[in-house]
Amino acid sequence: MKPLLLWSDLLIYVLVLMLCLFFLRLRSDPQTREHWRRVFSTRLGMVTFTLILVYVGIALLDSLHFRRALEPVAGTQSSERFYDNQVTSALDVMLGGMGERFERTYSSPFALISFAKENMKDENGALYRDFPQLEHAGRHLSAPAERWTDVLKKSITALIWGLLISAVLVGMQWAFLRRSSLPWYASWLTQTTVICLAVWLVLISPYYHVLGTDRGGADVAYQSIKGVRTAVLLGTLATLIMLPIAVTLGVMAGYFKGRVDDVVQYLYTTMSSIPGILLIAASVLLFQVYIDLHPDFFSTGMEKADARFIALCFILGVTSWSSLCRLIRGETLKISQLEFVQAAHAFGVSHSRIVTRHILPNVVHIILITFVLDFSSLVLAEAVLSYIGVGIDPAMGSWGNMINSARSELSREPVVWWTLSGAFFFMFVLVLAANLFADLVRDAFDPRTGSRVATA
Amino acid sequence: MLIYIIRRLFYAIPILLGVNLLTFTLFFVVNSPDDMAVSQLGAKYVTPEAIHSWKEKNGYDRPLFYNPDAAGSDALTETIFFSKSLRLFAFDFGRSESGRDITTDISTRMWPSLAVAVPSFVVGIWVNICVALLVVMFHATRLDRWIVFVFVAMMSISYLFYIIGGQYLVAKTWRLVPISGFHAQGQFWKFLILPVLVGVVAGIGAGARWYRTLFLEEANQDYVRTARAKGASEIRILFRHILPNALIPILTGIVVLIPSLFMGGLLIESFFGIPGLGSYMLDAIKSQDFAIVRSMVFIGSILYIIGLILTDISYTWADPRLRLD
Amino acid sequence: MMARPNVLMQVQDLRVKGLETGGTILNGVSFELKAGEIFALVGESGSGKSVTSLAAMRLLPAALAITGGEVRVAGLDLFELPEADMQTVRGERVAMIFQNAMSALNPVQTVGEQVAETLRLHTSQRGSALRQQVLQLFAEVGIKSPNERYSFYPHQLSGGQQQRVLIAMALACEPNILIADEPTTALDVTIQQQVLALIKGLTRSRQLAVLLITHDMSVVRNTADEVAVMYRGEIIEQAAVDAFFRNPKEAYSRRLIEALPNLADFHSAFEGEALLELDDVKVHFPVRKGILQRISDYVRAVDGVSLSIGRGETYALVGESGSGKSTLGRAILNLDRISAGSITFQGVSIHSLNRRALLPYRKKIQVIFQNPFSSMNPRLTLREIIYEGVDSLMNLSGIEREQRITVLLDRVQLGAEFSQRYPHELSGGQLQRVAIARALAVEPELIICDEPTSALDVSIRAEVLELLQELQSEFGVSYLFITHDLSIVPGLAHRVGVMQSGRLVEQGTAEEILTRPQHPYTQALLASVPRVDAAESTDSTGE
Repeated sequence: MKPLLLWSDLLIYVLVLMLCLFFLRLRSDPQTREHWRRVFSTRLGMVTFTLILVYVGIALLDSLHFRRALEPVAGTQSSERFYDNQVTSALDVMLGGMGERFERTYSSPFALISFAKENMKDENGALYRDFPQLEHAGRHLSAPAERWTDVLKKSITALIWGLLISAVLVGMQWAFLRRSSLPWYASWLTQTTVICLAVWLVLISPYYHVLGTDRGGADVAYQSIKGVRTAVLLGTLATLIMLPIAVTLGVMAGYFKGRVDDVVQYLYTTMSSIPGILLIAASVLLFQVYIDLHPDFFSTGMEKADARFIALCFILGVTSWSSLCRLIRGETLKISQLEFVQAAHAFGVSHSRIVTRHILPNVVHIILITFVLDFSSLVLAEAVLSYIGVGIDPAMGSWGNMINSARSELSREPVVWWTLSGAFFFMFVLVLAANLFADLVRDAFDPRTGSRVATA
Repeated sequence: MLIYIIRRLFYAIPILLGVNLLTFTLFFVVNSPDDMAVSQLGAKYVTPEAIHSWKEKNGYDRPLFYNPDAAGSDALTETIFFSKSLRLFAFDFGRSESGRDITTDISTRMWPSLAVAVPSFVVGIWVNICVALLVVMFHATRLDRWIVFVFVAMMSISYLFYIIGGQYLVAKTWRLVPISGFHAQGQFWKFLILPVLVGVVAGIGAGARWYRTLFLEEANQDYVRTARAKGASEIRILFRHILPNALIPILTGIVVLIPSLFMGGLLIESFFGIPGLGSYMLDAIKSQDFAIVRSMVFIGSILYIIGLILTDISYTWADPRLRLD
Repeated sequence: MMARPNVLMQVQDLRVKGLETGGTILNGVSFELKAGEIFALVGESGSGKSVTSLAAMRLLPAALAITGGEVRVAGLDLFELPEADMQTVRGERVAMIFQNAMSALNPVQTVGEQVAETLRLHTSQRGSALRQQVLQLFAEVGIKSPNERYSFYPHQLSGGQQQRVLIAMALACEPNILIADEPTTALDVTIQQQVLALIKGLTRSRQLAVLLITHDMSVVRNTADEVAVMYRGEIIEQAAVDAFFRNPKEAYSRRLIEALPNLADFHSAFEGEALLELDDVKVHFPVRKGILQRISDYVRAVDGVSLSIGRGETYALVGESGSGKSTLGRAILNLDRISAGSITFQGVSIHSLNRRALLPYRKKIQVIFQNPFSSMNPRLTLREIIYEGVDSLMNLSGIEREQRITVLLDRVQLGAEFSQRYPHELSGGQLQRVAIARALAVEPELIICDEPTSALDVSIRAEVLELLQELQSEFGVSYLFITHDLSIVPGLAHRVGVMQSGRLVEQGTAEEILTRPQHPYTQALLASVPRVDAAESTDSTGE
């Protein structure tokens, strides 16, 4: 086994570290703590945040990559070890080889036979057309009729296991948090649901394709889960890349005004006057050309896909800073007129200290709100970009690519609905949770809504 | 007012110049004229002479920004940037890399785009405002909270699913309209119904929710209390006081969107096979036709700037407090 | 209680609760309004006086709820009426005017239309008759050239005019009850006087029953017939105005009355060396116009002001909003650049110094702002706030630094335990003390006080002013006291300068200016200071 650190893996772990530090720092500020308390004192806040954490957890597990050592080919004498070109992640291991059970083509969920007829030979060698048996589904059954009772049996076992595991996990949390006034039970309920579903999926997938298979015969449930990492990473990395640009320029423009302000305003008006999708599309295509011209830079297909992915994050980040920059400029203008900044000037406090002590802490809420609001729109944008063909490399699982490959399937008879449904379900849950959570964060942190509650 | 518009138009020049410079640099940072020649000629026919003659024929044999060989002002004009990008200011789009006349292409493809975009735009705004007004009447009830939840859920569904779902239900299952395609003559409206419907429905979640917030923000203002103290009914307050005031932020949101009418149908056009500017763009991107991309970016930017100016003008119309100068 | 003929509105045992907090906002408020009389409800912010008026009209915000009591108008209990009937009561029988006229008027409707709307709602008048009626109302409330003003939008009118429009709107349907919620608070004193006179005149001529809500004792003294003092959701004292001012029963009422100015007590004129000298200072802001944004004109915020402040002296700079007094303060602090003239501090001209060279003078000139809430960074503790200047301008050892905050907080009567608190945990008065401590921390010689008390309630105002004076005699610090309120000047300032549109129209000792004003503008300002007669107020304190 040989660990492999993709650039995006590195970034995501740096990101997680930074977020942890950020939250630790925030704990010292009672006002911020009060705002977070308001977010988490609602059941909705608890549920959505738990769901988001689940997605982030999957993404993190899926970011521990390695290449399997290949069995030495018999007969060759070599001390050198060879590694699989296929990159595997910790998540793949946990899913128990779910991604390696390929069929020949489409099959519906829990199906035992393929979706399309094939030419086959019977024992006598006569040619006939029929639906072939699937290779990785229902092989353990003695008769097809037993299928649903078998599924039910396995589901009940899975449910029991799931409940047991959740009982242990929730019990541990309960021991620590039972005195808390926050509605933790909502989170525990969500956790139990997610754990039961996960255990069920892992236990049952060696015997059936829970969400069927796609045109290439790959397991749809597995693909949908692999799409999680792409979505979560894209949603966070792109914003993160954009933040330093937007914050620096915005604060500078709002604080120094005059010429600096003119230049920054010119920059963001120019940026935002270019139709975003065109800029993104053009940039991605150009980067693809670059990758194609230099194939020797990347040792695996995954690395190539990863390079394109990082580039996409950069491009999305670089093209989307203007709106946040405008917001921060406005807020900085407002804050630097406030009397506490004037007082700091009267004390001869230096510019850099005024910015770090007085301006930045008071625009953090805008950054935070933008971060959570942008997350869901970036996940949605990924699907659209992948559909246009300027999104994620097809070698990397993503919901956009799934939708793209499946959009002609609805015109088949009978309809192939499961690929779309898989992508739809996973994407919808993430985006809905993120949107609802973003609403709560905005309500808690936006001083306008806050003051309205206070004065009413 | 006139002075204001003129000033804004002057201000647009450096912005458009910046836009051109940016797209130009972006393109040539990764893609040298040699690379372009290779991809246009096809790998088979690549010889140094062929590349050279292609570059000469298409005007890429000059330096990018500054020509040290030329004298005087020609040092700036005898360059690729000047000849390819600055000509756009005279709306001279030239020919695409594959030799088609871009101006003709754009003028023929403009109409199908507008035929889809204008109805979805107008109907969309109308529907959103109506839905939002309806919801505001139920403000602070349990129903209100559920409707907002539904809005958020609708926002959380990818645009792609609206298109796919619409095609599947309306066109395939119910067979009400054709799935895709477009004819300029005769019953062309039949082809428009579904794209417009999808566009409107997909926008309700975000749109109505946004307008609802605007209305509620206005409902908290002091003048609404004054109107109540006068004895005005809630309905009257909503339509006579809140709506006209909320129009101001609504207008800014809307007018900026107008330019996207030309571009916005990117997805819709490609899904429904409508030969508009969106699909034109998409094809150009896929075939890496820089001349078309450049022209479309330029047009897009001009429309955006016009949108901004229109926004300011419409502001003065909706808000008597503003005067432009 | 039997309704007497001249009682138009009866409020009985009104109770209001906060829905989320569960706190009691109003705890059994009762009073009655009589025709032709002004009933003043006085109290400081948060006492529940505005809630009383809104509750009576059933216009409370959603977070508050009426839990008991009744409001009777012409035999009807307003709390029993269906909402549709309530709408006919509002505007037709009971009308309201509000504090901030600019925001109380619909910004996108002409003022004529807004007044006409009231008539449209309650009468069948339409067309030109309606317009005539509106014009007549405009004339009655003293709006000049009403025909032209009819199609004006609110922003095109001055604050006083806007308030008159609100009054016209309220009176349109000839209601017999008028509720006026702080109708003059947002206005300049000269305008304030006119609007109050208008309300008083209308009360007599139309035999209105008026509920006047205010925090300002002088308004009560000059306008009302009967007064009730509210404190924490209850009426603690109620009396006829003359009797009330002669002999207030509650200690709290007495405190409110004592906060009124005493025009008999002046500081003696000041003799001493000059600390700060301004010579013909001008601050002009450019106005840009045209295609190329050329500077076409200047706003002359400060236009040639010369004055000097001595060591240990208080100089009060008085003027209405927009007179340039705050800009002048900012110019002395070097927060705004001056366009001409010179600012000399201890003989050194400081207006042209760069950032670094200015630092020693930053230490010597400090500032206290008007709004205590926005003058502290909400994310810092009081300790960090007070240390800001110390760390930037002084080199103190760790022990000295520690001692300083204890001494300072103690000196402004807060106590060292406040040092770890955050601004939002403190009241406005406490915060203003912190602001004083922050300024004092760097041992300044001159403090510019920019309306330091106008955001505070009257009873706290007096305490803060007193503290400032104590500190002056203790540390010998000078004040430039910027204020719009002439009434706080006696007993505080040695000298007074009066500013009007960027110019200093008159300056002299406090006694000269307040007793023998020369300039007509000063005379107008002084005439509009609604005051309790000096003799009467000394009477009441003397008891």
